[in-house]
Amino acid sequence: MTSDSTDSAVSGVEIQLEGVTKRYPGSAEPAVKDVTMTIPAGQIVVLVGPSGCGKTTTMRMINRLIEPTSGRITIGGEDALELDDVRLRRKIGYAIQQAGLFPHFTVAQNIAVVPGLLGWDKKRIAERVDELMDLVGLDASQFRDRYPRQLSGGQQQRVGVARALAADPPVLLMDEPFGAVDPITRGNLQDELLRLQADLGKTIVFVTHDFDEAVKLGDRIAVLGEASTIQQYDTPEAILANPANDMVAGFVGAGASLKQLTLLRVRDVDYPDLALTADVGESPSELRARLARAGDTYALLVDRRRRPQRWVHVRNLSAATSLANIGRPVGDTVSTQSTLQDALEAILAEGGRAVVTGTRGEYVGMIDIETVTGVLAQLREEHESAGDAGDAGDGVDGDGTDAADGDGHGGDAGRAGVARGDAARDGAGRADGGVDGDAGAAADSGAGTS
Amino acid sequence: MTLFDYIADRWDRLALQSWLHVSEVVQSTLLAAVLGVLIGVAVYRSPVGSAVATGLASTILTIPSFALLGLLIPVFGLGPTPAVVALVLYALLPITRNTIVGLAGVDPAVTDAAKGIGMGRLAVLTRVELRLAWPAILAGMRVATQMLMGIAVIAAYAKGPGLGGEVFSGLTRAGSANATNQALAGTLGVVVLALLLEGVYFFIARFTVSRGIRG
Ligand SMILES: Nc1ncnc2c1ncn2[C@@H]1O[C@H](COP(=O)(O)OP(=O)(O)OP(=O)(O)O)[C@@H](O)[C@H]1O
Ligand SMILES: [Mg+2]
Repeated sequence: MTSDSTDSAVSGVEIQLEGVTKRYPGSAEPAVKDVTMTIPAGQIVVLVGPSGCGKTTTMRMINRLIEPTSGRITIGGEDALELDDVRLRRKIGYAIQQAGLFPHFTVAQNIAVVPGLLGWDKKRIAERVDELMDLVGLDASQFRDRYPRQLSGGQQQRVGVARALAADPPVLLMDEPFGAVDPITRGNLQDELLRLQADLGKTIVFVTHDFDEAVKLGDRIAVLGEASTIQQYDTPEAILANPANDMVAGFVGAGASLKQLTLLRVRDVDYPDLALTADVGESPSELRARLARAGDTYALLVDRRRRPQRWVHVRNLSAATSLANIGRPVGDTVSTQSTLQDALEAILAEGGRAVVTGTRGEYVGMIDIETVTGVLAQLREEHESAGDAGDAGDGVDGDGTDAADGDGHGGDAGRAGVARGDAARDGAGRADGGVDGDAGAAADSGAGTS
Repeated sequence: MTLFDYIADRWDRLALQSWLHVSEVVQSTLLAAVLGVLIGVAVYRSPVGSAVATGLASTILTIPSFALLGLLIPVFGLGPTPAVVALVLYALLPITRNTIVGLAGVDPAVTDAAKGIGMGRLAVLTRVELRLAWPAILAGMRVATQMLMGIAVIAAYAKGPGLGGEVFSGLTRAGSANATNQALAGTLGVVVLALLLEGVYFFIARFTVSRGIRG
């Protein structure tokens, strides 16, 4: 996640808060007390914390909708408190929970407000509106002239985001922008924000009280306590692996380990090529011999494209005349793109281990519960010892792919030497079927095609 | 002479009086709208201010029209001035009250967003708040206009212009030739004009209220 946004062009600028305090008139305790933090350029920083802890107040001081009582705020090195507040806000995108669209303006007019305030000419504004609607996934010809009340909540939020981005501001402030939509739409909007951000590289301050949302979106998360005091400010990986105190731990909530698993993908870990595979065309007796040689009791039947089909036990083989209809269907499989959380789900459903498939659904290995627990243990260790955990991913990003591509099992040894890569494996798979289970021949023809 | 013969016979005069009547009412409404909106804008953020403004405007409305005219004639003399002043004062309540209600009813998230994306105070007021409060303000003006159509008849007592003169002289000459016709023609004229203005308001709403907020 971190690497996604650093890959792209960064158009955002750094924001610094130094000793920022806000005391509302008439209240004894400050709503925000002496907050100092740096929000790095081009990153999504999520402010999370319990209701009333001062997240919104902190965020709104950045665009001076609320004037700080004391402290300093710089945006891209400029002192925000020195600038004209209205002009400042035109350079900071702003999106809020209820979207706050102007009900009397059409979608296009809503998006056009800031460019209009900045004095862009009509043609440029019209082009920009279409571009932005496209960017947030709304068909311009269909939605341009609609009024907000003619949109669903999710569509309104998209327009809200488009309006915030209209003048291409380097900084975006978002206060629970996806708070009022159903979980599925929220998930989609989150995915889209990440996709946008990968291209745009804005500096985004995102407020939520949903920790899962913070984990999903944040390059960094600031967990705030009473009066916005920073409890922990770190990457999601680090916070999940090693919460700084009880308050953070409480906020992370039950299932921190499960949440960590959402940050990792199967391709990031070692998944051994444990299963003995057999083409459905192979003869049962041949397979039984191979199982015996390998000391295995189960084999995974794959089709011509090496897609997993069924599990067969050695015991089913003695009576069978063909592999075509025996065995138990493979249930849940996980792809190398799946998160470890999905993988765990599949592992549990499958009774201890699950089949991993590659990009085209072909068998590439097996993942089991020890793999998952091992990764978690490793993460925890790293974050405990290092303290800094900016690159948690690297630690487990071993040579999982190599392992999958590499050596198989005794019966199939010929193929391991053929070549690496999908094309070679595919070739081997096809040949396997054609020559009726002769492993040596399969290897040869595999080599021939690669 | 039947009523219709009477109307046909005095058409020119009645048309002129009708025109003066409408013009007096419309001008008073517009003046009251300007004042009412200004007052509304000045007070809507403060609950106390809103209560005071609405309270004062209601008090004016409770003064009987004859009494108010009686108070105004010594100040402004006879003629259109006291009539217009009275009409404006009566129109203030519905317009001020609806302006306050309309402005206070604007979704705070919308004004917050307007400020947040960089609209200045005046732009927020004129491009967002007043535009959103406009249907309510217009409804207030409509009520005011209907009310003034009737009150303007009574304002003729102060020698104001309009159909009131017909009604009054018809009533004072009761029993003599065409007295009833005169009073009836004046009254009928007021009713017809009120309906016409109602239609005008319908079209004003149609063309000035954004489709996005039309009911
Ligand atoms: N305009 C105001 N006047 C006085 N107190 C305020 C004002 N706005 C907020 N507060 C107080 O400041 C504190 C922080 O409020 P803030 O809105 O920043 O919280 P938050 O973290 O955004 O909460 P939530 O998650 O519920 O949105 C709260 O105790 C709130 O009551
Ligand atoms: Mg808040």
